[in-house]
Amino acid sequence: MNYFDLVKLAAPEIAVVVTALIVLAIGLTSGRRSGSPGVSPGRPVRAQTVAPNRTAQTFCTLAAALGLLVSIGLVFSLPAKANLLGGMLVVTPLNSLFKIICLALAFFTVLLAQANSSLRHTGEYLAMLLLATVGLLLLVGSEELLMIFVGLELTGLSLYVMAGFDKTDIRSAEAGLKYFLFGSTASAFTLFGLSLLYGMSGTTGLGAIAQKVSAGPASPLLAVGIVMTLVGFAFKIAAAPFHLWAPDAYQGAPVSSAAFIASGSKVASFFVLGKIVLIGFGPLAGSAAWHGMAAGWTPVLAALAAFSILLGNLVALAQKNVRRLLAYSAVAHAGYTLLGLIAGGRDGFSATLFYTTIYAVTLVGAFAIVAIVRRETGNDDITNFSGLSSRSPLLAASMGIFMLSLAGLPPLVGFFGKFYLFSAAFRSGADEGLAWLVALALFGSLISLYYYLVVLKVIFVDEAARVTVPIRPEWLQKFTVAVLAAIVLILGVIPAALVSHIATALP
Amino acid sequence: MIAWTIYLTFAGALVVLLAPPVASRWIALLAAGSGLVVSLIGFFQPANFGLFRTLIDVPWVPTLGMHYHLASDGISLTMCLVTAITACSAVLFSWDVVRRPNEFFFWLLLVVAGSFGVFLSADLFLFFVFYELVIVPKYFLIAIWGSTNKEYGAMKLTLYSFLGGALVFIGILAAYVSAGRTGIAASLDLQQLIHFHFPLQLQSWAFPILFLGFAVLAGIWPFHTWAPTGHVAAPTAGSMLLAGIVMKLGAYGALRVALNIFPEGFQVWRNWIAVLAVIGIVYAAAVALRQRDLKFVIGYSSVSHMGFVLLGLATANLTGVSGAVLQMFSHGVIGALLFAVAGRMIYPRTHTRDLDALSTMHLSRSLPFAAFAFVIASAASMGIPGFSGFAAEITILIGAWKAYPLAVWITGAGMVLVAAFTLRALKKSFFSDDAATTSSTIPQRIESETVLEPITAAEKCGAALLIFATFAAGIYPKFLFDRIMPAVQAMSFLK
Repeated sequence: MNYFDLVKLAAPEIAVVVTALIVLAIGLTSGRRSGSPGVSPGRPVRAQTVAPNRTAQTFCTLAAALGLLVSIGLVFSLPAKANLLGGMLVVTPLNSLFKIICLALAFFTVLLAQANSSLRHTGEYLAMLLLATVGLLLLVGSEELLMIFVGLELTGLSLYVMAGFDKTDIRSAEAGLKYFLFGSTASAFTLFGLSLLYGMSGTTGLGAIAQKVSAGPASPLLAVGIVMTLVGFAFKIAAAPFHLWAPDAYQGAPVSSAAFIASGSKVASFFVLGKIVLIGFGPLAGSAAWHGMAAGWTPVLAALAAFSILLGNLVALAQKNVRRLLAYSAVAHAGYTLLGLIAGGRDGFSATLFYTTIYAVTLVGAFAIVAIVRRETGNDDITNFSGLSSRSPLLAASMGIFMLSLAGLPPLVGFFGKFYLFSAAFRSGADEGLAWLVALALFGSLISLYYYLVVLKVIFVDEAARVTVPIRPEWLQKFTVAVLAAIVLILGVIPAALVSHIATALP
Repeated sequence: MIAWTIYLTFAGALVVLLAPPVASRWIALLAAGSGLVVSLIGFFQPANFGLFRTLIDVPWVPTLGMHYHLASDGISLTMCLVTAITACSAVLFSWDVVRRPNEFFFWLLLVVAGSFGVFLSADLFLFFVFYELVIVPKYFLIAIWGSTNKEYGAMKLTLYSFLGGALVFIGILAAYVSAGRTGIAASLDLQQLIHFHFPLQLQSWAFPILFLGFAVLAGIWPFHTWAPTGHVAAPTAGSMLLAGIVMKLGAYGALRVALNIFPEGFQVWRNWIAVLAVIGIVYAAAVALRQRDLKFVIGYSSVSHMGFVLLGLATANLTGVSGAVLQMFSHGVIGALLFAVAGRMIYPRTHTRDLDALSTMHLSRSLPFAAFAFVIASAASMGIPGFSGFAAEITILIGAWKAYPLAVWITGAGMVLVAAFTLRALKKSFFSDDAATTSSTIPQRIESETVLEPITAAEKCGAALLIFATFAAGIYPKFLFDRIMPAVQAMSFLK
């Protein structure tokens, strides 16, 4: 191995790390002098009373955004194929594509965080965000269990801090703690599962594991290892019944942290989960067909998916808070997305990747709007959105686009995503064996349309309950929301723009 | 050429959204009017109407075999024409919308554009995109600008539509996956799927799902309950579009997609379709007879009339199916006219749709034009010769006579019910002599006559358009049949 190669192939990660350090330095040199008052226990200090250092915040945001853009540029300069340290750092077109997607999601989250004035110490916050991004890049770019675990932990630890970052809000602390407790337990499960896999196969490379696994009969110990690993990932993607942290984390964490937990972290987790089950456990797929279930990991995932779809959609019906609603809908969407992995094969994997990507984009957009509404009205209950269409037509229209895309209505990208996913699931197996899951998912979509429409009803139909002062977001926020809405709409009309990229990048 | 209906209407919708509110109705009228001109040109242009002629075909998502493929034959042209007529008059009948007019006409034009798209699609994915596109605008039209119980009606209608869409989706997936697995490379092209022979086992379970999905939107009994509540809750233009166009989307989808790609499944299930259709005709007519709200009467009459369409499809012979298509045209016009009179001409002036209350108002004197329009629409709806309803229903019954003689007898009894409830509504709303017999109500009558504002020019234009259409189709249905019959003849499911 040559260190120059390492620097060359890990250039995007290095760029993000350097950016994190720079951002941290800017925050350190400029943020502390004003002497931020400590939080008086018991009485949360309102964010407005503490004027954050706007210049420092702007500089940090600029530096972080620039660093991420540079990193995206560096991804483009990577060679088409490379493999370093036995799978620890793998460069393929697919990995590069998803590095770009993760970086882009981080970029939008940085813009989102800029709007959040309750975050003091912007430098530290953005540094954590960038470190989480490095974790995502490592996750995406690796085909080796050890490195995957390091990536998972780096992402997880940074996200725990980000979830609890708003010291003025007790809910944020609750979110951070819950996320941390559930997350660390899940990590323990994953690590235990991975260690069993290593014990059984004697290797940590995914390809090598697949060969070892297919050679002999499946042993019970191996089954335990696989199930443990899946449990850890089910936590990451918030699939029921491992979703319990999600509602509180989504609702309590600072909006930008919640957005990143729901988008970037989820995309990378699905990507890695797909690689592990399809490459590493490939020979042990089993079957989730209605007639003729066979032991393997697909029935496990199918059970997770079915439970997530039902529970997520049904519980979302009862929510009064938009962020909680999005959390339960995220559980349901994790269920839909799993359908592609259960279907397996090139088609299913590409459908899953497409869906999780567009879902992440949609959710970042929705959270951006939630952040603005929260700042203007003080909270993010559904009632806080009433009359949004007259207060800010742009935000209302964008929210309409995001919600309807989540519901899966054309001409938005969610519709195509669902079509792709469900057709892949329907096609897999001998005689439409997964039709039961598809029918369940369609039933779930029907339920979900109701609660998304309730949100839209409040926005478009109800008149504003109290004041009807127009909301005038800053141009940067407007720009972010409009760009994300345009992506959702344009990809819906021309899905080939992303589908063909994923399809050609898949080996 | 006919494809421009879609583009013009979409463009109109976008422009309306950005234009100043005062101009929005004119822009909407321009968009709907140009759609009408284009579809008239397409309709009268001589062509081979039996051929599902490709208008444009470009790859859309090549990896999944999706194409942007539009095509038209005689049936599409007929449906485009009725869509354009109804859309034009719906815009004219919403001339007085003052609350958020931009958004109103945006959603309205979106429904129209999506409907044009459905009628012209030749690729199942494209078809389904347009089909689902129509759902959300309906929700907002009803929930924002509607009346009685609007949020309930809007949500119910939307969820039923989406449920139908989900069933259609399963049916389409079944065809897509099955064809992709055994024969041609993954394709959603309608023409290719029609020529693909699906195994009988697949057809016999996939057809009922697909057909039922479409039939929900066409108001098949017992999944019709969204229709009356939705129609009543909707604003006038919304009811006109629902009755005139949206219910036809379901029937058209059943004919174009379900019957054509699963012909053997259709043969297995068509008796059941006929049974449900006949029950729908008689049941809805009987229910309409007992309604007190004028719009509910018309809502149930829509369900009854759509039952004829389904019966016509179930006959699976040239006469019956052609009659069904003509009935789609005819009911599109008549239903729109009935809702226009009840919702726009009467209700805003009297502030009631209750038949007993209306019967004291002597509307035939104060609103002579409304009375005239309603008489025409009622006559057409009852199937009086000379109007389009007669031509359509007699054709369906002739077709049904060959396939289900018993159904004709029962339907005949149902038509008596139709006549009964139509005459009851007509008499109670316009020609009641209740007020004249009791002297005490005379002052009230005089007062009401003075208060009612006259029918506006826009309303007259809209009504005249619809009346002309039903007359023309009734007196000279050959024009329509010349286009419909070759197209039906070319379909492979006929016995």
